[in-house]
Amino acid sequence: MEMLTFSAPAVNPETRPFWDACNDGKLLVGRCTTCRKHHYYPRPFCPHCGGDKVEWVEAEGTGQVYSYTVMRRFEPVRVLCMVELAEGVRMMTVLRTAEPDAVRIGLPVSLAFAESAGGQKLPVFEPAG
Amino acid sequence: MSIRGKAYIAGAWEHPLRKAPDHSVAQLHYEVAKGALDDAGLTFADVDGFFCAGDAPGLGAHSMVDYLGLDLRHVDTTETGGSSYLAHVSHAAQAIMAGKCDVALVTLAGRPRSERTDIRAAAPIEDPDAPDVPFEVPYQPVLSAVYALCAMRHMYEYGTTPEQLAWIKVAASHHAAHNPHAMLRDRVTVEDVISSPMVADPLHRLDCCVVTDGGGALVVTRPEIAKSLSRPRVKVLGAGESIGHRRGGTADITTTAAAISGPAAFAEAGVRPADIDYAAIYDSFTITVLMQLEDLGFCEKGRGGAFVADGNLISGVGRLPFNTDGGGLCNNHPANRGGMTKVIEAVRQLRGEANPAVQVPDCRLAVASGIGGPLATRHGSATLILERE
Ligand SMILES: [Zn+2]
Repeated sequence: MEMLTFSAPAVNPETRPFWDACNDGKLLVGRCTTCRKHHYYPRPFCPHCGGDKVEWVEAEGTGQVYSYTVMRRFEPVRVLCMVELAEGVRMMTVLRTAEPDAVRIGLPVSLAFAESAGGQKLPVFEPAG
Repeated sequence: MSIRGKAYIAGAWEHPLRKAPDHSVAQLHYEVAKGALDDAGLTFADVDGFFCAGDAPGLGAHSMVDYLGLDLRHVDTTETGGSSYLAHVSHAAQAIMAGKCDVALVTLAGRPRSERTDIRAAAPIEDPDAPDVPFEVPYQPVLSAVYALCAMRHMYEYGTTPEQLAWIKVAASHHAAHNPHAMLRDRVTVEDVISSPMVADPLHRLDCCVVTDGGGALVVTRPEIAKSLSRPRVKVLGAGESIGHRRGGTADITTTAAAISGPAAFAEAGVRPADIDYAAIYDSFTITVLMQLEDLGFCEKGRGGAFVADGNLISGVGRLPFNTDGGGLCNNHPANRGGMTKVIEAVRQLRGEANPAVQVPDCRLAVASGIGGPLATRHGSATLILERE
C-alpha cells in the first residue's frame, strides 16, 4: 500500500495542547462542564450552550464510520471519512485501509496517528480489530 | 417590516462565453454589468449601489467600483460563496427599502476554465486562522468529496439511489439541449451518468457541474424605477439566508441550511412550495439539488430521490421544472459559483423569455435557491421568491 500524505495543520496558541496531545498518541475532544455535552473540534467554550467552562478530555479512540467517500482521483485513493466517536461527536478524518471498497457506514474503527508534513501527528482511523 | 414588493429585478444578463481565454476577470465583470444595465434600459450613471463577492478582483468592491467608474451611495460585499448573489438581491431590496440606493448592480465573473481550476478537485479554503481548517484541510477534503459525504449518508439513511441522483443530470441535459450557449448540449441517460467514471463515491463525473468561464449580472431597482422601464417586471417577494455548520460535531449532514432560509423566504413571500411554477436550484452536484428540494419543502425529508426520478424536473414533462437553461450541471457554472445564473434563468422564465422549448406556460412564481461552500462542513444558503407582475 502506497503511503497517504497529509499536509501540516496550522498550530496556534489555542490549539497547541490538542496537537501536543496528538504527538503523545492522544485525541482530545471538548466536554462542557455545564451541559455535559462533547464537542469537536475542541475550543475554549461550549458551542452547544455557550458555557465557558470546558475541559479537553481524551477520547476512547473507538467509533464508527458515519459517512465516507473514496476519492478516486487521488493516487493512492483516499477514503475521506466522518467518524462518529464513542463520545458521540463526529470528526472529519481519513480511514487508512488496504480495502477501500469494503468500507461501509457503521464500520467499527479505531484511532491511529499519521505523520503529516513536518512531523506533527494527525488523528486518522483504521478498521477495528 | 418585509422586503415583499419593495424591489424589482429590472435587468439580468448572462455572459454567452463559456471559455474566455482572451478576457480579464475585470473585463468580464464590465461586460456582464453592461449587459444587465442594457437589458434594464439603464446606464452606469444610474447605478448608486454595488454588490459583489469573492470572485471580484481586488479588496472588497474597491477595484471593481474604480474600474467601472461608479458613483455610489451604497456598497455590499457579502461573501457566502456561490449563494452570494441571491443574498445580494435580498440585501439590495433591503437597502432600497431603507432608502440607501435606487439602482443596485450585482456582478459575478471568473475564468476557472481558462485558469484550469477544477471544481471536482478544488482545494479547500486554507486560511490557517479559520478555526476549522487545521482539523480538516490536512485530510484534503476537496469539494466533490465533501458533497459525496452527504450523498453517501443520504443513501444510507433514506435509501436514495445513484439512479435517482442521475435523473437530476438527465433533466438538466434535456434543458441544455435547447440552449445554444450551454457547455454540454447532449442529452444523457441515467445509464450514461452511472457509467461515467467515479469521482468520489457515490458521485460520478456526470453528477458534477461544469467548469466554465464567464459570469452574469443583475440590476435591482425600487418599484417606481422598475415601472418606468419597458421590460416585464419581476418582483422580489421574499428572501432568507443562513449558514449550515458542524454544530460541534453533531450536525446532520443530510440537511442543508435551505431548511432555514427556505421557510423564511416562503413565509415572507406569503406563498407555499406548491404554488411555485419554476424552481432554480443550485446544482454544483446532483446531491445538492436533491437535498435543497427536500429542505425547501417540495417533498418530505428523505423522499427527494423519488421526487426527482422519472423526469419530474423536466419542463413540460414533470411537476417541477427546474434549471431550464441546463443549470450548472450542463450549461454554466461561471467562477465555480452557480447562484447568479440561477436567478438569471428564473428572471427569464418569469418574463416569458426562456427558450420556447423549455418555457413554463404562464410562469408567475419562482423560487431560486443557492448553496455556497462545502456542504457537509459549512455552507451558506440563500433563498429568493420572485413573482411576475
Ligand atoms: Zn455546554
